[in-house]
Amino acid sequence: MNSEINAIFFIAGVGILTAVIHTVLKQSGKEEFAHWATLTGFIVIMLTVVSYISDLFDKVRDVFLSN
Amino acid sequence: MEIIQIVGLGLSAVILLVVLRGQSPQIAFLLSLLVGVFIFIFLLDRITLVIAMLEKLSVQAGVEMIFLQTILKIIGIAYIAEFAAQIAKDSGEGAIASKIELAGKILILVLALPIVQRVVETVINLLPA
Repeated sequence: MNSEINAIFFIAGVGILTAVIHTVLKQSGKEEFAHWATLTGFIVIMLTVVSYISDLFDKVRDVFLSN
Repeated sequence: MEIIQIVGLGLSAVILLVVLRGQSPQIAFLLSLLVGVFIFIFLLDRITLVIAMLEKLSVQAGVEMIFLQTILKIIGIAYIAEFAAQIAKDSGEGAIASKIELAGKILILVLALPIVQRVVETVINLLPA
């Protein structure tokens, strides 16, 4: 349960951080950098989530479809 | 008291999601997806126990293994399809959600075909010629 709650807080933290970076960069007139920062944060989180989803599908296959 | 763990996980995720939804909706979507995955993984460990008991019972009752395996496969398909459909529905794609559900239903029907065939054959054998 500990690693799960860690992952959730990690993702929420990265999300808020990218939102803040996006706002700051936008305010200082660097729209392009702002978009790239958001995209990078999104990709980092997506990699984490995708690994967990593949874990889930492996487990479902083990439990229901193994025999 | 695992329910307290799950409720705590869910509630803290909901609080974070409420904050995050206004800032960046895409990341909020990924977070809600991840919480669903975690709860699912947590439940799968428990489901394993139930399935072990079912297998033991069916061995004792002399039920053919192929029936139990088919039922387990059907339950697995239903779980995965439901999961994906809910996620699609959550992000506003009701059309894709219903297509996923349709695919799950048809695949379940295909898996159930041999059992239906056996039932029909048994009934025909029972009928007087």
